[in-house]
Amino acid sequence: MANGERDVRPPGMETAGWIPPTNGQELNYVQLLTPDGERVEHPRYSVDFTADEYRGLYRDLVVIRKLDAEATALQRQGELGIWASLLGQEAAQVGSGRALRPQDMAFPTYREHGVLYCRGIDPIMPLGLFRGVDQGAWDSSLHRFHMYTIVIGAQTLHATGYAMGITMDGRVGNDDGEAVIAYFGDGASSQGDVNEAFVWASVFNAPVVFFCQNNQYAISEPLERQTRVPLYQRARGFGFPGVRVDGNDVLATYAVTRAALDSARHGQGPMLIEAYTYRMGAHTTSDDPTRYRIASEVEAWQARDPIMRMRLMLERENLASPDFFADVDSHAAKQAVELRERVLALPDPEPLSIFDFTYPNGDPLVAEQREQFAAYLASFADLGGIDGGERR
Amino acid sequence: MSETLTLGKALNLGLRKALESDRKVVVMGEDVGKLGGVFRITDGLQKDFGEQRVIDTPLAESGIIGTAIGLAIRGYRPVCEIQFDGFVYPAYDQIVSQVAKMYYRSRGKVRVPMVIRIPFGGGIGAVEHHSESPEAYFAHTAGLKVVSCASPQDAYWMIQQAIGSDDPIIFLEPKRRYWEKGPVDTSTGIEEAYPLHSSRVVRNGTDATIVAYGPMVRVALDAATAAEPDGRSLEVIDLRSLSPLDLGPVYDSVRRTGRCVVVHEAPSNVSLSSEVAARVTERCFYSLEAPVSRVTGFDVPYPAARVEEEYLPDLDRVLDAVDRSFTY
Repeated sequence: MANGERDVRPPGMETAGWIPPTNGQELNYVQLLTPDGERVEHPRYSVDFTADEYRGLYRDLVVIRKLDAEATALQRQGELGIWASLLGQEAAQVGSGRALRPQDMAFPTYREHGVLYCRGIDPIMPLGLFRGVDQGAWDSSLHRFHMYTIVIGAQTLHATGYAMGITMDGRVGNDDGEAVIAYFGDGASSQGDVNEAFVWASVFNAPVVFFCQNNQYAISEPLERQTRVPLYQRARGFGFPGVRVDGNDVLATYAVTRAALDSARHGQGPMLIEAYTYRMGAHTTSDDPTRYRIASEVEAWQARDPIMRMRLMLERENLASPDFFADVDSHAAKQAVELRERVLALPDPEPLSIFDFTYPNGDPLVAEQREQFAAYLASFADLGGIDGGERR
Repeated sequence: MSETLTLGKALNLGLRKALESDRKVVVMGEDVGKLGGVFRITDGLQKDFGEQRVIDTPLAESGIIGTAIGLAIRGYRPVCEIQFDGFVYPAYDQIVSQVAKMYYRSRGKVRVPMVIRIPFGGGIGAVEHHSESPEAYFAHTAGLKVVSCASPQDAYWMIQQAIGSDDPIIFLEPKRRYWEKGPVDTSTGIEEAYPLHSSRVVRNGTDATIVAYGPMVRVALDAATAAEPDGRSLEVIDLRSLSPLDLGPVYDSVRRTGRCVVVHEAPSNVSLSSEVAARVTERCFYSLEAPVSRVTGFDVPYPAARVEEEYLPDLDRVLDAVDRSFTY
């Protein structure tokens, strides 16, 4: 390329809609599966799955896309306040999510519903959060998947501190060692906290894999508003390795993430993975991407769809029967219907519960306010009427 | 057994005891390890407890608190030092958006038993950002507790109690008092120590109630000593805990004296004294002979060192407020 290491949009193309090169070389990323479903080899990374495992990955991809679509629909129907769709990023999340070993810990942003699913957490959990019945109710220690963090990039510091704790516990250095994965996006890479996390991880040699899903946009702002250098190269400045992977290739994402986690758990310190992908949907359901990107760009990425290429590969290599695909679709549809029914049945929290869990040791002011508010609420019951009193 | 220690040394010994009694306690901050802290509060600790328990961090406050959160999630009890009050602000987001809210949003599943030690207040002739009083920003944040020790005795025990508490605690240390000496009884157990979140009457009196905390407790006591020959008997109460406030003893006192003066270095607008005045007025309305008055820093940025003594409340300004209270 004329600009050397920079692979940002060519001059004059900034507003014209960028057509990504289809050749993995130009983007210098690891790829094991082309958009057309062809297997390619890489000198350093490979996968060796059974037929069942390949089919399992495909099923994961389809299910999480379906559940994500259901959540978007629920928002449009007023059942969720907002939803942050992962559409287009399924391979990045399933590839990395399935690469985690049981003892590893994940620190997500607010979009990693696919990783949440891979960690075995009930998929209703993020919907409860976006519906507003709670702020993320899963037990993060049970599933080794921390709560969602909405402050951009803040979780990368939490992940790094946790990884430092792993070292302090003596839990690095062998196959049973523990590693941490810290998810964040291209926009987050500009945040001070993310850069401070890189500093800490490097100087303390922390067993943390920084997994950046570069989906090309931070709401409306394109990648080149966050960096003048390919994101994976940022790691070099902090003293640890960075690698870019085709984020729409579940096999490559798995291979690279698994290798990075295993390297970390053996005491080799942090790595940065840039999963090069695309946010096919909006930033959230409150966003309107037509205001800042053009249809031809989205179409170009449609041709690189993560699920289509897996399907083509399974068909090409006779790893799945036609019935299999139909079964997966119907299984996914069933999951989506069940999820919908459960969301609609989610109870709102009790009013007085807003006072709970402010402090482990409680607090006299909170206790006093709870008492006063309880009496206030009870006073409406005294007003009579069919349901007791109605607050205006 | 009672020893005479400086407040700084009392903190040092208290930290040592905490590190000895729980191997999950970790001390971290800029220059806390090899140097022993710019005020020597952590002197000798890294030598005895090692680099994994007393950690010199990179120079980034948000990083200190953020990684400490991760350590807390992993099961550690981090004691973070922010080198000076004016440098806590880069960590403010991690403190109020993450530390304060983690227990609540997880519905009790994730605890952050963190202590954030901050030397605060002025009167040391420093350049900018080294003499701030940021306590209101934290006391106003639900999910945080805020305390301030005013004596070596309190420093020794309160630091241990704060570390032992599962609540996240902002621990404000009056830096101008670090070198002042006082008796410290190290012989009792921690269970017998004065409760962390209780206020304390430090001088009995009958004519007015002076409420102070941190570096101003000394000023309030000096004012009471100066007032005595003039026939004024001032009761002085050290708040000790700024959030939660323990105002029971203050109400009891004001019901007897009828007059209340609140003293702090921080500016008056939207301050701890605003809160104390509001609550004392609510609870002691019929006992008050005069409005609650407040002796505070002015609502300007902290001034240059050569003129800081004009800004800081001193015993004359406290006595002046008491006198004006008696004009009602």
